[in-house]
Amino acid sequence: MTLAEKKQEVIEEFSMYDEWLDKYEYLIELGKALDTYPETDKTEERLIKGCQSRVWLDYTLKDGRLFFTADSDAIITKGIISLLISVYSGRTPEEIAQDDFSFIDEIGLKENLSPTRANGLVSMVATIRRAAQEASL
Amino acid sequence: MKIQDIRSQFPILADTVYGKPLVYLDNAATAQRPQSVVDKEAELSLHTNANIHRAVHSLAVRATEEYEATRDFIRDFIHAGSREEIIFTSGTTASINLVAFSFGEAFIHEGDEVIVSAAEHHSNIVPWQMMCGRKKAFLKVLDIDGNGGLDIDSLGKLISQRTRIVAISHISNVLGLVNPVKEIVRICHEKGVPVLIDGAQGIVHENVDVQDLDCDFYAFSGHKIYAATGTGVLYGKRKWLDAMPPFLGGGEMIETVRFSGTTYAPLPEKFEAGTQHVNGIPTLRPAIVFLQSCAQVPEVLDYQRKIKEYVYESLTSDPRVTLYGVPRRTEDKIPLFSFTVKGVHHEDLALIMDKMGIALRSGQMCAEPLMDCYGVTGMLRASFAPYNTMEEAEYFVECLGKAIAMLT
Repeated sequence: MTLAEKKQEVIEEFSMYDEWLDKYEYLIELGKALDTYPETDKTEERLIKGCQSRVWLDYTLKDGRLFFTADSDAIITKGIISLLISVYSGRTPEEIAQDDFSFIDEIGLKENLSPTRANGLVSMVATIRRAAQEASL
Repeated sequence: MKIQDIRSQFPILADTVYGKPLVYLDNAATAQRPQSVVDKEAELSLHTNANIHRAVHSLAVRATEEYEATRDFIRDFIHAGSREEIIFTSGTTASINLVAFSFGEAFIHEGDEVIVSAAEHHSNIVPWQMMCGRKKAFLKVLDIDGNGGLDIDSLGKLISQRTRIVAISHISNVLGLVNPVKEIVRICHEKGVPVLIDGAQGIVHENVDVQDLDCDFYAFSGHKIYAATGTGVLYGKRKWLDAMPPFLGGGEMIETVRFSGTTYAPLPEKFEAGTQHVNGIPTLRPAIVFLQSCAQVPEVLDYQRKIKEYVYESLTSDPRVTLYGVPRRTEDKIPLFSFTVKGVHHEDLALIMDKMGIALRSGQMCAEPLMDCYGVTGMLRASFAPYNTMEEAEYFVECLGKAIAMLT
């Protein structure tokens, strides 16, 4: 599935829920399903600044593709990061660096989060972008 | 006066969020404004707007009268000895910064000590740290016990020959416990140490008589007692205010200005440099009229007590919930409840309950040292005002249960 197709899939999936509480239920399920993140990798340098809850994000470059792993102490945030990972993990650094991340606005995540959490989301996206830029150097 | 008579004064309470009726339980952060307060500020902005004290024209005279009448009103409200002891500021933070700076300049030297408690808001920690940094002085901390009460017994021992001031909150914004400030003042005064009381929460819930308390400084904000935001008060005993240098320099705080040197205006102008919040300060009058109207009606007080007891009972009887700030007697706690839920992040709860229409505070609540004390990264807080209903309290408890179920 291409990046564009995957993003479309997420947008459609998210639009199935009219109520915000249902969207949260969906994010909570995504958060619970996220792969286990090693406790030893919860280091200061992997901690994303700007979140009220704590978020750790790590990545590896394998065969020219970026793979992300992450964790958070808050489950909805974990669901959001899980969503981002499902879209961007396994893509090439160039693909990610060129993406405009506008699908986040399309699913209405940013404006419906509390400002502190929206800041956290912005920081998460910035970290993914930076990883892509560093990997494509 | 019925609860509906109170609610009808606050247009915002009829609003909805995400299609749900707004249930505003973040009153300890800021209270909503009654129509009388909004009208006062609008009337001043629309018809009296002028800079005070400076000009002779009629608008300036009226604006000055409004502003100075508020000073007299505040003096009566907190029973200060004189109007010169009432300094208007932008809020509690500004009031404490003023004292930390000016008192520090006059009285704190290298090696001296300042005492705060472990349960203070950042506003009653950081200004003192900044001053201690400048003066090479030390900040000492009065501990709290397991229930959140101040360890008053050790205060006497904590005070040394070098202690210059003790700064303590009347009521912690996290614990909601009324501290025995009169006793604290007595202990400190026995050792010759002045006391600043951070009254940001205290002024909302207690009858404050600064002469009876005998405190040296009392700081509070307007926005927590229904007045315009950006308004605040510093009460200070004249003997201290007279001996302290100005905090901000500028217009209105001077007597004469020459390049060879400047002399300062007498109290209170000495501490009110620059243009004040002239259209906001007078809103303290209708705001306090509202505050007192609630505090004087037995049915209103009784209803508030019932809500407090119901929420307290609901939270403490739930084994998943840890409540912080457990009072010895119920009257020692205000209707403010900070808590955590086992295995659930405070922010997840706040986010879900927001979508149910409930406004709560989540996070560190500007009291990181206290969070560290309890070993938590944050808490959830519900704080009630006289316009909150029993139905809202019940809805809060019901939604909390639903949100916990979603998250576990």
